[in-house]
Amino acid sequence: MDLSLTPEQEAFRATVRTWLKTNIPREWTPMGSAEIPRAEQYELLRRWQRTLFDAGFIGLTWPKEYGGGGLTFLEEMVLQQEMALAKAPPILNVLGVGMTGPTVINWGTEEQKKRYPPKILSCEEIWCQGYSEPNAGSDLASLQTRAVKDGEHWVVNGQKVWTSFAHVADYMMLLARTDPSVPKHKGITYFLLDMKLPGVTVKPLRQITGEAEFNEVFFDNVRVHESEVLGGVNNGWAVGLTTLMYERLTLGFGLQMRLRIALDGLIDLARQMEKSGRALTKEPVMRQKLAQIWIETECLKYTGARAITKLLRGEMPGPEASTGKMAWVDTHQRLQELAMEIEGPYSQLWKGSEWAIEGGVWPQSFLRSRANSIEGGTTEIQKNIIAERLLGLPKD
Amino acid sequence: MDFGFSQEQELLRSTARKFLENECTSAFVRARMEEPAGVTDEFWSKLAEQGWLGLVYGEEYGGSGLGFVDLTVLMEEMGRVVMPGPFFATTLLGGLAIREAGSAAQKKEWLTRIASGRAKTTLAWTEPSARWDAAGVTCKARESKGGFVLNGTKLFVLDAHLADALVVVARTSEGPTPEDGTSLFLVPKATSGVNVKLLPTMDQTRKLCEVTFKDATVPADALMGAKGAAWPTLTRVVERATVALCAEMCGGAQRVLDMTTEYAKIRIAFGKPIGTYQGVKHRAADMLVDVENAKSLTYYAAWAVDENAPEAALAASMAKAYVTDAYRKAAGAGIQLHGGIGFTWEHDLHLYFKRAKSSEFTFGDATYHRERVAQLISL
Ligand SMILES: Cc1cc2nc3c(=O)[nH]c(=O)nc-3n(C[C@H](O)[C@H](O)[C@H](O)COP(=O)(O)OP(=O)(O)OC[C@H]3O[C@@H](n4cnc5c(N)ncnc54)[C@H](O)[C@@H]3O)c2cc1C
Ligand SMILES: Cc1cc2nc3c(=O)[nH]c(=O)nc-3n(C[C@H](O)[C@H](O)[C@H](O)COP(=O)(O)OP(=O)(O)OC[C@H]3O[C@@H](n4cnc5c(N)ncnc54)[C@H](O)[C@@H]3O)c2cc1C
Repeated sequence: MDLSLTPEQEAFRATVRTWLKTNIPREWTPMGSAEIPRAEQYELLRRWQRTLFDAGFIGLTWPKEYGGGGLTFLEEMVLQQEMALAKAPPILNVLGVGMTGPTVINWGTEEQKKRYPPKILSCEEIWCQGYSEPNAGSDLASLQTRAVKDGEHWVVNGQKVWTSFAHVADYMMLLARTDPSVPKHKGITYFLLDMKLPGVTVKPLRQITGEAEFNEVFFDNVRVHESEVLGGVNNGWAVGLTTLMYERLTLGFGLQMRLRIALDGLIDLARQMEKSGRALTKEPVMRQKLAQIWIETECLKYTGARAITKLLRGEMPGPEASTGKMAWVDTHQRLQELAMEIEGPYSQLWKGSEWAIEGGVWPQSFLRSRANSIEGGTTEIQKNIIAERLLGLPKD
Repeated sequence: MDFGFSQEQELLRSTARKFLENECTSAFVRARMEEPAGVTDEFWSKLAEQGWLGLVYGEEYGGSGLGFVDLTVLMEEMGRVVMPGPFFATTLLGGLAIREAGSAAQKKEWLTRIASGRAKTTLAWTEPSARWDAAGVTCKARESKGGFVLNGTKLFVLDAHLADALVVVARTSEGPTPEDGTSLFLVPKATSGVNVKLLPTMDQTRKLCEVTFKDATVPADALMGAKGAAWPTLTRVVERATVALCAEMCGGAQRVLDMTTEYAKIRIAFGKPIGTYQGVKHRAADMLVDVENAKSLTYYAAWAVDENAPEAALAASMAKAYVTDAYRKAAGAGIQLHGGIGFTWEHDLHLYFKRAKSSEFTFGDATYHRERVAQLISL
């Protein structure tokens, strides 16, 4: 067991650290909360991702021929740790980088692999994930969006919902039913869909934060060329599961980094706030709560290190790879609740008020955190998966 | 970076598992619960033969010269079978204190005897105040005629009734801070004025004692390390013992999870295995998350201790805070998911439930360690 890095890896860390010092955009004000990209930040974040791409600091684990760095998850881990320390802005094309790229590299034809991944990394093409539908959320396999073959094209009709980034996305990872006559998991195909195709309509949905970060997407006789099928017709379920696996791994690192930034911000906040004449960080109950979140945040780092070790050794990831998301959700939601407790009545002031603390970011990120246990598979579904796949308990 | 166990460590794990499954059965544990000794001579000499009593001592003392990551593997396996007896008190409390603070002569004598199974030791630290900080040390050691005279009461002392010698934390002077003036003494139990009383305990696999010192006189060379400056050493010893304890707790929690999932697969209610129902499934999933997290923090702490990393103290407290909660929750959930059978004396679950509770209050509970984390991260 050895947590130390090789001299080359330490050198990589130093390079990243120096680079971040001079390259984080001056206009970026790191907020205490675990920020997710907001509309007014999109342009800045697009440029930031391009800067990362030009410096080779994104897609580290992807093969070089597809625009990546050809490095290991270790360098990826180091990079994420340094980004957290430097309070770097988040990645705008988060779904493309976290899911589409690895899935295309895993399943794509040579042409697809040359075509898509580089533009995902450079943020030239933003991706969204078209999985959920009004009648297929947790039970994703019962999705009803249809794709019917017509010559060289598939004609898509139906609707997606809760599609994050669809309003800015250039492409969508689309799951559609291509064979309704077979059991539900077997008749689904994975498409790489150009959002500019005629017949695609995006309608923003307002969420509890008041912002419209996700959307409804309607398909009206959208003609997708057959070359945009990923991983074979009727093989979409397997392809989609790969996406989810990568989501857990790569997004996992990113999540840990955002959590770290949020925690540092939270501690700063607690230092500033007073109760009965002393800083909240001196208040025993508050110290207990902050320490607990600190411990859990650190813990995710070591659980991640265990998972990476398995990958580097060429072994299958163990249970520790699957428990990460659940643990993250729980810690992050508690962190955001604690931010409200720290702010007290000030948590009620929304952005726009000169009294609002840090411009009112915490109440906003608090509200946003409610989605954590829903998006990317609800906590209940994660628990079913852990119980059935890892513990071997019988399926219902 | 390689944050996993080596092949040798995996081998140690499988050897330990096989040995303990044969030698430390539920029947063996239960028999030891009923008697004061908590261990048999035969079992103890087998532990010595395996080389486990001196696992972390240098080869010059007949030890194996291994580290805390290796020890973690062994402790997990011992926790898995709720191993009773003075292993922990002897090798990790008394023994480790001697390793860290003893003179060359003390080390030569005692570590060699411990490693070969010929001596047992313990640490007499906490007192009726049940405090884990330096202010809790009120037991006095007064200098007299070239030696020391000890007076006071120690409580919650593990396995003192079995020990040949006790490492005693006593106050030799009052200083500007409570830490100043604390000293360590190596006191043979046969010393006149030392009185040990075995106490009935909830967790019968852990024997706790009251130890009183009434004008107990020891020679000058009983002093371990510099007079009045024992606190940093004691802290170091306790941190290390705490990490080992966390590993033992992880092993116990994992075993409860295993027992519970196995049971949930075979116990039928309403025509189906209870593991089919989400009330059971989700609780089992929560247990798994807790147990995996507990291991992550424990392994990290073991590594930090082996490396003498500056963050070792923080790592130990993070682990103890988390593992304490995780084991208690897992053991509680284990009983719950077994229904009535889990509440019986016959079923082994209560052994784990009680061990989780006794471990909780060994070397600081979760609240104590979270506060320590808060201090170490400068909150
Ligand atoms: C902010 C946000 C962003 C999102 N972005 C995207 C996106 O970009 N692309 C995309 O495709 N989707 C996205 N989603 C959708 C998300 O994946 C779904 O909301 C989620 O999978 C749950 O589906 P549902 O909303 O239909 O809830 P339902 O599936 O109807 O679930 C309702 C409740 O029932 C529970 N439940 C359902 N089945 C079971 C079961 N078998 N056992 C126990 N409990 C069960 C659920 O856990 C939940 O609590 C996003 C959601 C949110 C909130
Ligand atoms: C101290 C004590 C005193 C008792 N006294 C009496 C008494 O005087 N008279 C008497 O008749 N009984 C008595 N009982 C028995 C008690 O009522 C049963 O233990 C209880 O009903 C549970 O049944 P079980 O032990 O068979 O557990 P099981 O039914 O086998 O349950 C095991 C676990 O599975 C869970 N489970 C089972 N089915 C489901 C489901 N559908 N969904 C989700 N979870 C499920 C349970 O909640 C439990 O966690 C006593 C029990 C105790 C502990």
